[in-house]
Amino acid sequence: MLSFIARRLGLLIPTFFGVTLLTFALIRMIPGDPVEVMMGERRVDPVMHAQAMERLGLNKPLYAQYLDYIGNLAQGDLGESLRTRTSVWDEFLTLFPATLELSLAALLFAGSLGLVAGVVAALKRGSMFDHGVMGISLAGYSMPIFWWGLLLIMFFSVWLGWTPVSGRIDLLYDIPPVTGFMLIDSLLSGEEGAFVDALRHLILPAIVLGTIPLAVIARMTRSAMLEVLGEDYVRTARAKGLSPARVVFIHGLRNALIPVLTVFGLQVGTLLAGAVLTETIFSWPGIGKWLIESIGARDYPVVQNGILLIACLVIMVNFVVDILYGLANPRIRHQR
Amino acid sequence: MTATTTSPALDQALLYPSPLKEFWQAFAHNKGAVAGLGFMLLIIFCALFAPWAAPHNPSEQFRDFLLTPPVWLEGGQAQFLLGTDELGRDLLSRLMHGARLSLLIGLSSVLMSLIPGILLGLTAGFFPRLLGPSIMRLMDVMLALPSLLLAVAIVAILGPGLINTVIAIAVVSLPSYVRLTRAAVMGELDRDYVTASRLAGAGLLRLMFVTVLPNCMAPLIVQATLSFSSAILDAAALGFLGLGVQPPTPEWGTMLASARDYIERAWWVVSLPGLTILLSVLAINLMGDGLRDALDPKLKNAV
Amino acid sequence: MQNTSPVLTCLLLCGALAVSSQTHAASTSLVVCSEASPEGFDIVQYTAATTADASAETLFERLVRFAPGSTELVPGLAERWEISADGLSYTFHLRQGVQFHRTDWFTPSRAFNADDVLWSFQRQLDPAHPWHALSVRGFPYAEAMAMADLIERIDRLGDYRVRFVLKHPEAPFLADLAMGFASIYSAEYAERLLARGQPEQLNRLPIGTGPFVFERYAKDAQVRFHGNPAYWDGAPAIDKLILAITPEPNVRQQKLKAGDCQIALHPRPVDIPALKADPELQVLELDSLLTAYIGINTRHPPLDDVRVRQALNLAFDKAAYIRAQYGEGNASPALAPYPATLWGHDPRLHGWPHDPARARQLLRDAGHGEGFTLSIWTRPGGGPTNPNPGIGAQMLQADLAAIGIQAEIRVFEWGELIKRAKNGEHDLVFMGWAGDNGDPDNFLSPNLSCAAAESGENQAGWCDPDFDALIGQARREQGQGQRAALYRQALAIFHEQAPWIPLAHPRQFGALRKGVQGFVLSPMGSNNFAKVRLQ
Repeated sequence: MLSFIARRLGLLIPTFFGVTLLTFALIRMIPGDPVEVMMGERRVDPVMHAQAMERLGLNKPLYAQYLDYIGNLAQGDLGESLRTRTSVWDEFLTLFPATLELSLAALLFAGSLGLVAGVVAALKRGSMFDHGVMGISLAGYSMPIFWWGLLLIMFFSVWLGWTPVSGRIDLLYDIPPVTGFMLIDSLLSGEEGAFVDALRHLILPAIVLGTIPLAVIARMTRSAMLEVLGEDYVRTARAKGLSPARVVFIHGLRNALIPVLTVFGLQVGTLLAGAVLTETIFSWPGIGKWLIESIGARDYPVVQNGILLIACLVIMVNFVVDILYGLANPRIRHQR
Repeated sequence: MTATTTSPALDQALLYPSPLKEFWQAFAHNKGAVAGLGFMLLIIFCALFAPWAAPHNPSEQFRDFLLTPPVWLEGGQAQFLLGTDELGRDLLSRLMHGARLSLLIGLSSVLMSLIPGILLGLTAGFFPRLLGPSIMRLMDVMLALPSLLLAVAIVAILGPGLINTVIAIAVVSLPSYVRLTRAAVMGELDRDYVTASRLAGAGLLRLMFVTVLPNCMAPLIVQATLSFSSAILDAAALGFLGLGVQPPTPEWGTMLASARDYIERAWWVVSLPGLTILLSVLAINLMGDGLRDALDPKLKNAV
Repeated sequence: MQNTSPVLTCLLLCGALAVSSQTHAASTSLVVCSEASPEGFDIVQYTAATTADASAETLFERLVRFAPGSTELVPGLAERWEISADGLSYTFHLRQGVQFHRTDWFTPSRAFNADDVLWSFQRQLDPAHPWHALSVRGFPYAEAMAMADLIERIDRLGDYRVRFVLKHPEAPFLADLAMGFASIYSAEYAERLLARGQPEQLNRLPIGTGPFVFERYAKDAQVRFHGNPAYWDGAPAIDKLILAITPEPNVRQQKLKAGDCQIALHPRPVDIPALKADPELQVLELDSLLTAYIGINTRHPPLDDVRVRQALNLAFDKAAYIRAQYGEGNASPALAPYPATLWGHDPRLHGWPHDPARARQLLRDAGHGEGFTLSIWTRPGGGPTNPNPGIGAQMLQADLAAIGIQAEIRVFEWGELIKRAKNGEHDLVFMGWAGDNGDPDNFLSPNLSCAAAESGENQAGWCDPDFDALIGQARREQGQGQRAALYRQALAIFHEQAPWIPLAHPRQFGALRKGVQGFVLSPMGSNNFAKVRLQ
């Protein structure tokens, strides 16, 4: 098992350097440079432009810039945003909890509802419920997510007035950021009603972001369950006279969870990417919007390191899922 | 098929249903898939015959009829069945012409990632020492980046536009084809028929393309349908971020994005393109389900 | 069924939350839905209007300022000033007893004086100043306006008297000093930061003399301020000012309707009728100093032919454009580079009518009867001058097709658009200009002078010696009457030569809830909340 983990870890190193190289190259291939964007419609004198590029260290040859970048990374220095002059790490720390809170809420929504719907659909295979769940989840999977968000806002926020339109909390609550998670911070602040308000702000974005994972998880759970329910050990358990609930949850679901878990892991990347659209629609102060804007502003350090941080996160989650998968399924461990 | 059944030389065909017929039976068993196929045929019809079937030129601006509601609403005009957009263009005509572009984007981006994906995947499978792992690490790198961000960066490099949108979507969906092909190839390489073919002296290219590849096609076809539908969604998402196909081209995602400002005043300019995207993608996914059931029952697990 | 319980609770919770409505009322907190995050708070490093709203208008003040809602200059931190007869020397008498903000991170030991003025300007002008090199971004505004080439030196004549000596007369100079980059910082605070080795705090924990004191900033979410009780011009009536960062215009409008904010900045012109119809809301409007135009690249044949440029002007249906882009009455058609509300305008000037037949005739005269192809350049996302770039480009395309010109629309992301436009790669480009000091020169020199053609900022690449001489002379002249006469002559040349298709001067709007009083729109597009009261 240890050698399996070591082998997997070994694979991460070239991936990591690949990510640094790719983001470094991509952002520099985009036409225009940070100074041009910074000056906007105003005049950029060539001498001034050269001075500014020199101050930003962007006049060095590319390989030297890359080596500087890797050197700084090695010292744990993620650099400063060219636009805001704030350290990339600080900006990441302010914005990431918002994305994480939203993603976790979406996963909770998708995971709990998806598992239940999938299990019930599998148990009632061929019923109206099964067809209904599968139809709805396929529709969810086919949804243009920003359109879905706009529709939900129009219906629940504007028309019915049930949920707030956007943001993380009513700004009349003065919630100092402690953990960055609004649900926790609002509890810590002790302000009456703040927690409930934060929760109300979270519902719609979480549903929108959770729609696709919900569809995927429901379909996955159903087919995994169907497969497991047909296996010998489940039939044996049934024959032993164990209660149906026990058979389904202890014998069935536990084994069906393995492929579901993999899908769960894969969804993390999708969530962080899908968050770009959801964050835009709901004015959610997260990293997706931050990175898109930084690409527009040619904010090299933010794009490089922001994407690197997300990529590392995705890599780590997939790594953990791989290991769990390997633990659960010895056959995988010995494959290449 | 009629040719085979009438040919006396192929008596076997009378005993076993032809593969196509077998496929169709399995496919037709899935009612959703048939419904999806029906809707897709409608869309394909619109795409092929848009210039003749559409009531108006999709770019003609009726400047006295800005944001006219659909015909069944108050203020609707009979000449604009689904109403007009912010420049007074007929929405129905634009949606019909948009079908061409959306299908084109889906089809070409699938081809542009399927072919290199298969080549890279085969290479990776056949050269497991150095080349294979290098290719797979590169794919890992691409998978580690959030796909939408990668697509945005590519469009930013190339500039917005139809072809560049297709390229960005193709690049982003490349890794899944490579992984899938390689996995399928690795599964087949140890089989007896491959060994037999090798011993019979088949060259590398023959082994790759004639012996092994056809046996790996089922999952690839299913993946291709899935990425066809997600390409349409990705194009719409890029359009939403202002980076997709450019006006006045009537692409569904771009229509949706430019109509977003009017959501409160004229719901139809937002709802109708969105609904069209949803239904088309749903139809393709339903067909994908049917294909999967018909082609490869083992794959029922895959999502 | 262990798995159903969280779902059920969630569903129940959702239902319960949905019906519980907001209970707390806005006491004296003003929530403003603004459109973007400020880039930082050290305003001299930045150019964006949203950054200026969150710093120059709230935290800082300048020697002179614009009277609310106008371009008229009134005393700010300087009580009065004298300008020498040759226009080279400006002496300012500073206001006494003005206190810098007292916060957790800074306690001022002295009041505002001449040292602060010197520090604020020397930092930007003098390369040897200890703070000069600390701004990696440079000082974009001061540099773009070539302040170092204009200001000879700044003399400290006493604790409360400073003199600016110019290298050459420059009529708009006083107005320049009312702009964000001329904000006055605390030299004492800067010294302490430098001594502590934390110069970056100047950008993060700002100190000024303005009506509001900085509290906290959460990127992409909010900026919080509280009223400055010691403000020399009267403490603000609101205790807290909160800028809620809400980039989507739809969402700003919905939040305003829901009462989540009391002021929504930059509502889209097309939404104005709906906002006006809402009994809970009030809409402010003002003729702004915005100009939307299409730059015609006069270096690209056949656009070097004045007849072709005139034909383009005749072909474009400006009235239809304004109707679709801004909505009826929300913008006035543009005839010149600056709006008719500014002094120096010529009331006898009439725009080109929409006359495709005459346009075709002009094209035939120019030998282009069979038409030709052009590229139309625009950006993907909207701004105040061009709220929906797609619409404009497509209308222009259709109108050009009517006179036989085939145009291709090319959309470039903003950063790339300006870079390529500066290189002169475009044929026609949609552009906008926001005047920021209320002087006609602020529209003409940066966009239409020969120097600007050289630098590329003049997207028309248009260099007309007569026009250039007129605006050059007007810049050196002091009397407004003489200057206006020169500008009228320049406008006539501009009209005849048609280097632009002037599009529109969009009106500026602000949407407020009923009960918000004392908020005034500024023609410069800035937003100041110092005098706002809530009822």
